[in-house]
Amino acid sequence: MSGSEPQTVRRQPSRRGAELLLLICAWALGVLGTLQVGWSTGEGTPSRLWITVAVVGVLALAMHLVVRWKARYADPILLPVATLLTILGLVMIYRIDVAAAQRAERNSAPEPTPDVYAQLTWFAIAVVLFLAVLILVQDHRRLQRYTYSFGLLGLILLVLPLAPIIGTTVNGATLWVRIGGFSFQPAEAAKILLTLFFAGYLVVKRDSLALVRTKFLGLGFPQVRDLGPLVIAWAVSLGVLVFERDLGTSLLFFGLFITMLYIATQRRSWLIIGSLFFAIGAYLAYQLFEHVHNRVTVWLDPWAYADTTGYQIVQSLYGFANGGIMGAGLGQGFPTFVPFANTDFIVAAIGEELGLAGMFALLMLYAVLIERGLRTAVSVRDSFGQLLAAGLSITLALQVFVIIGGVTRLIPLTGLTTPFLSYGGSSLVANWVIVALLIRISDRARRPDVQQLDIDDALTQVVRRV
Amino acid sequence: MSRQIRRIGVVLALMLVALLVNITIIQVVLARDYRERPGNQRLLLAEYDRERGPILVGANPVAKSVETGNTLRYLRTYDDGPLYAPITGFYSLIYGATGLERTENRVLTGKSDLFFVDRMSQLFAGRQPVGGAVTTTIDAAAQVAAFKGLQGKVGAVVAIEPATGRILASVQSPSFDPNLLTSQDPETIRAYYEELKDDPTKPLLNRPIVALNPPGSTFKLVTAAAALASGLYTADSILPGPATYRLPLSTSELKNWNRRECGPDGKVTLEQALAISCNTAFAWLGVQLGDEALRRQAQLMGFDKSFQIPLKAATSRFPDELDAPQTALSAIGQFDVRATALQMAMVGAAIGNNGVTMEPYLVQEVRGPDLAILQTTEPTQFETAMTPLNAAQLTEMMVNVVENGTGSNAQISGVRVAGKTGTAETDNERPAVAWFVAFAPAQSPRVAVAVVIEESGATEISGNGLAAPIAREVMKAVLR
Repeated sequence: MSGSEPQTVRRQPSRRGAELLLLICAWALGVLGTLQVGWSTGEGTPSRLWITVAVVGVLALAMHLVVRWKARYADPILLPVATLLTILGLVMIYRIDVAAAQRAERNSAPEPTPDVYAQLTWFAIAVVLFLAVLILVQDHRRLQRYTYSFGLLGLILLVLPLAPIIGTTVNGATLWVRIGGFSFQPAEAAKILLTLFFAGYLVVKRDSLALVRTKFLGLGFPQVRDLGPLVIAWAVSLGVLVFERDLGTSLLFFGLFITMLYIATQRRSWLIIGSLFFAIGAYLAYQLFEHVHNRVTVWLDPWAYADTTGYQIVQSLYGFANGGIMGAGLGQGFPTFVPFANTDFIVAAIGEELGLAGMFALLMLYAVLIERGLRTAVSVRDSFGQLLAAGLSITLALQVFVIIGGVTRLIPLTGLTTPFLSYGGSSLVANWVIVALLIRISDRARRPDVQQLDIDDALTQVVRRV
Repeated sequence: MSRQIRRIGVVLALMLVALLVNITIIQVVLARDYRERPGNQRLLLAEYDRERGPILVGANPVAKSVETGNTLRYLRTYDDGPLYAPITGFYSLIYGATGLERTENRVLTGKSDLFFVDRMSQLFAGRQPVGGAVTTTIDAAAQVAAFKGLQGKVGAVVAIEPATGRILASVQSPSFDPNLLTSQDPETIRAYYEELKDDPTKPLLNRPIVALNPPGSTFKLVTAAAALASGLYTADSILPGPATYRLPLSTSELKNWNRRECGPDGKVTLEQALAISCNTAFAWLGVQLGDEALRRQAQLMGFDKSFQIPLKAATSRFPDELDAPQTALSAIGQFDVRATALQMAMVGAAIGNNGVTMEPYLVQEVRGPDLAILQTTEPTQFETAMTPLNAAQLTEMMVNVVENGTGSNAQISGVRVAGKTGTAETDNERPAVAWFVAFAPAQSPRVAVAVVIEESGATEISGNGLAAPIAREVMKAVLR
């Protein structure tokens, strides 16, 4: 009976089992890392270890189950990699908490509040948003309907820190909003909303933006009036730079916009024009704005400012150097020597304690995440999905490059958080929403919409599943 | 659009490669340089946690780690801190390390490759590496004598064993107390360091090997050596020695210190010219020999080269491309000629060592944690600066300086001492610099010494008055 029943569906493997296995590995690494920090710093087994790892385990499991339920065919690598990065961040934040507490004890100062539990709470909030995106957004193409709403909201969020009363300046950059006791960086949410906007907008406008009016050096160039959107994006980026003094966000938006423009129009000339605009903007900023000028000066010769403006980057380099190839070992370095060790400079702490080996592993994790995102972009069929997945992956990639390049002095230092690792709620929540969107799109991309024909049974009709 | 996405993917991959390459350069290639930068506290902090090996003078530790019983487990202490500060340097939580504490760090921390076997066993036992010991070449008696002599003055003394290049004494005044920079109280360290940094007499400067001064008449030893090397002059050659010498191509006149002729009818032998330190005769001689000959002679004795002893010494200079009047001034150690005390001690040592310049060194032995000798520094010849015959002739001329000439204060009863005084003008703002270079016993010297006094408070500044007595005491301490 069973042998003769026609097999109409050969199920595409969903790989959810592999995802679960990888998640368990990520969780186990986190447990081992936390134990190692506790033992090597002489703190012993962390008092709240089991509660913490249980919470992380439940959160990871919840995400896995909802993916199984709502995005069955999603890429199985995205979730475990993002989880591992978050867990690594939690371990390092705990590690830096311990160092800060020990330092305070030595100086007989009051013990600082640990950040790791706040970060854990933020992770829980991020997971809630992750689940909400997966459950509420059944089909990413529906998001295209709200293109202009996303654009407007993104722009509002971008300028929100400039608003009176709620806008707050921290360390010279105006990128915080404080409402009540609650503060967040709206740029993190804006980066997703604007990626959604760019994707929706460019899908519609790409044909006119791709029109070639002039040929020069074998490349087709658009006509001048089509430069409008580029000029606006450029002006907004410069505005962020000038008024909010946020170099990183400014760089991120403009880079994101021109790469998405290039992908949408398939015209290399946009990259050239965009780079030209970037060069002009960068030159103007360098000439006109002291904070940009300072960053470049310190970048060129941090040693000359080792006690003042170059202190962070010099301490960061010392951290990396101290780590060497194999690292000092978790709990054996001096992460608190670098200011902002658990936010902008968390990678310096990883470089010091986990060494070059750890840095390679970390960058490979990011590379895998971004590669999976781009693969999703290539394999999804609708243009909006392609652009959105590509844009979200590029956002992640640019952010990783700008911040890690900055703390390792490959490029001038700009303040950006390290995705998934840095202490800070806005960034963690935003990056998890990005993962949720990528999972949603990859589910669509990998879903078998045409049932495989059984060659032996030509009578079986083709069934479309949507 | 897929093609564009793939292309962007390639660009992102290249950016990733750039990050990886850059991080590899930092963590592998530059790591050691960064780790050992003076402002980097990481190594120091890690090292507070382990016992650091001692720095020894003879069998006596002048820098050692003692257990404290608090969180920073070990404290670095220096017996006679100011006495040995130019050698040990300091080892500070805040300001990094200097001196041998810095250059021999890998030995003192036990991380040197010399300890490979020890480290392997420590690794298996899970123990922290234990530091090795560094034995210096310093002669405690000579060091103390020089330190006493310099009290209340600004200056430096370096003593060398001529046959080997071992540095027997390296003393500065004013000095500092490294104990106050290694204390475990950051406020004390900061306050003391700021005080030292703002002190116009620069106690943190490693004067013996870093302070550059015009060597003045002591440089006449180099000029005399060049004259003998030319084959045209001997100790008995007659030179013009008028009261004043008009510099070639110039209207400036050079005077002798006493404004008198150096001999009857303004004529003087080379030996006599050295004995009374006749400026006009040596200026004339310098012009005859030419700047090239002077420069070569100076370089054979160590000028224009930076020595790592292993502390990095400043490069003593004989200037490039001199015209005739500049050559005349350079021949008497003025114009832009600059030398450290170490350099002038090397000049004396080379003459005493049959004309052979030895590489100076400060580290005699490296010992493992169990005190087994792991490495011994072998004396190394730097250059042959003079023929033995010329060296013997110049030695006799220098003995004459001490016995019958300007260097009388360096006499030691029962010992033939060879020496040369010097007084150098720096600029009008500062007092003249007094020098004395000597070695003893003249025939086979056991010690060569250079003394430089930059400030003393004395109104009468002369090498014989200020510097020679210190040189004498240092030599006596070694010969005793």
